[in-house]
Amino acid sequence: MERPIRVLIAKPGLDGHDRGAKVLARAMRDAGMEVVYTGLRQTPQQIVEAAIQEDVDVIGLSCLSGAHNHLFPEVTRLLKEQNATDILVIGGGIIPEEDIPSLKAAGISEIFTPGTPTSVAIDYIKEHVTK
Amino acid sequence: MTADLKQLHAARDAWETGPVAKATARFPERKKEFVTLSGAPVKRLYTPLDIADLDYENDLGFPGEYPFTRGIQPTMYRGRLWTMRQYAGFGTAEESNKRYRYLLEQGQTGLSVAFDLPTQIGYDSDHPLARGEVGKVGVAIDSLADMETLFANIPLDKVSTSMTINAPAAVLLAMYIVLAEKQGVPSDKLAGTIQNDILKEYVARGTYIFPPKPSMRLITDIFAYCSAHVPKWNTISISGYHIREAGCTAVQEVAFTLADGIAYVEAAVKAGLDVDDFAPRLSFFFNAQMDLLEEVAKFRAARRLWARIMKDRFGAKNPRSLMLRFHTQTAGCALTAQQPDNNIIRVTLQALAAALGGTQSLHTNSRDEALSLPTQESVTIALRTQQIIAYESGVTSTIDPLAGSYVVESMTNQIEEAAVNYIKKIDELGGAVAAIEQGFIQREIQESAYAYQKAVESNYRIVVGVNKFQVEDEKLPELLKVKPEVEERQTAKLGELRQKRDNTKTQAALQQLRETAQTDANLMPAIIEAVRTYATLGEICDVLRQVFGEYEPSVIF
Repeated sequence: MERPIRVLIAKPGLDGHDRGAKVLARAMRDAGMEVVYTGLRQTPQQIVEAAIQEDVDVIGLSCLSGAHNHLFPEVTRLLKEQNATDILVIGGGIIPEEDIPSLKAAGISEIFTPGTPTSVAIDYIKEHVTK
Repeated sequence: MTADLKQLHAARDAWETGPVAKATARFPERKKEFVTLSGAPVKRLYTPLDIADLDYENDLGFPGEYPFTRGIQPTMYRGRLWTMRQYAGFGTAEESNKRYRYLLEQGQTGLSVAFDLPTQIGYDSDHPLARGEVGKVGVAIDSLADMETLFANIPLDKVSTSMTINAPAAVLLAMYIVLAEKQGVPSDKLAGTIQNDILKEYVARGTYIFPPKPSMRLITDIFAYCSAHVPKWNTISISGYHIREAGCTAVQEVAFTLADGIAYVEAAVKAGLDVDDFAPRLSFFFNAQMDLLEEVAKFRAARRLWARIMKDRFGAKNPRSLMLRFHTQTAGCALTAQQPDNNIIRVTLQALAAALGGTQSLHTNSRDEALSLPTQESVTIALRTQQIIAYESGVTSTIDPLAGSYVVESMTNQIEEAAVNYIKKIDELGGAVAAIEQGFIQREIQESAYAYQKAVESNYRIVVGVNKFQVEDEKLPELLKVKPEVEERQTAKLGELRQKRDNTKTQAALQQLRETAQTDANLMPAIIEAVRTYATLGEICDVLRQVFGEYEPSVIF
């Protein structure tokens, strides 16, 4: 049997809004994925370590505090350092449209903004994950 | 049942089996069942039968009188309108000071300070974990020097200031007291609020630092200090707002907030305070969500239930101890990133619910907050929304205008009853602190949040512009940007301060704080002395971290 997709849902930085992260984590679990949620206040370093240790296929970053431009690229940079760029990185939160191109250029493959159905993020993962 | 009600009962049955049955046979209703935003069933029609047990004097009474269902003041908005208080702050103290003075010029009547996350979690702007967060969701405050800039040309005896600060609330309050002293304003003239509600941080908002026990001590120390020295200060704002934002229902918002309130009162009584010495300064903070009738009922139910709890459970005698005074903010989670101008209408309805529910102060969200921090133009529209309700809508001319409505009274009863049952359950678990430690409250919130999300995704619930009436290719509004230089400027300023101040004095004050923290003595005087020497927020919190340890959350989803 095929191994289920493994996802790390992570909250980088100091932001405490995790309703979206938790709802998405649960929806992914209900969709048959194996989901680990880091909890709040993770450094990019901790997130990358957890992702490698948990052998995940996907990292989902959530940030609503406006610190995404600093935190998200830091995660992808560390993944490169660890030769772990096969991990798909997606992000969500209060992220202005104009910030999205530079985040994508930094290796975040998709950004989901408020109002996105969980099914859209789940379908995206199923299509893009490389196992 | 009286003869009149019996007759009414029969008439209602006849109406259901007659005209209603006929109408629904030809045109079925739009939905099989109608529910509130919180999922509570809503009947087709409410009549006197639904409130047959309502005892006017016992359950509603008169405004300004027990059980305060109809409001806490005898004249309510006929005497004075609610305080229009927009939560604001971003970037540096200079920029925020400008926004405050703008808002005061526009007719705002109180200030509400938003701090950035490093400040809220007790880190200085140059701490590694602060990277990327400085000045983002609020203003960065590292020391008394920043507070001096933040309130430059704002006389502290003329405004009331609410500060959204929790784990390090004692430190920011200490800064405010010392700042006032420098302005020549004695602490007994200061009016304002610190949020200081750590329990909801553990379950919903996330800016905790210390474990529950020392956190509760800090809170009771503030209660005791303020009752003696800052008597007009609201020492806590017990908040349901963020719990609701995290996805709970109206009933859960009331139940979890009041359960937290009970925990604070119990802790203070246990610490030897007399309930009537501190209870009059407790204040509350609720959300105003989209379901207008349910929200009005929620505010009324919360007021009545708190009065009953304070009287029956804690034996409070002072009528002010029984009054649930509250601030309201419209629901951030109801704002949509799609067609953001529609949010103005959402906020109007939510603000109307707060006014009909008898709020003491109100923040109206700006239309663009699902996208970014609000622009000045958006903030002005949000403030104007409240002003239009206050001055033009007419709802402020009479007190508690929806009282006596069959549906609103019926919902008020139902929300109170369901909240009482929840509080009973929390009591059985050992109170709010234990219920949080066991993850009970967190799980309940998450169940509700997930159920709501599923309801939206299945189109059972309609959110205009999100899952119906969408438009393609929207034009995006101008957004406010916090300049990245803020972080550099703030850390440079902090570096200078550490050079300039008398570090011998600072170190001595921090040592004194450490020694006090190791005893049971009130921490406020030592914190005030440390602040006075320009010890930074991070330095003060680090001393307390070393003595108290840090909170380790359990991850539940």
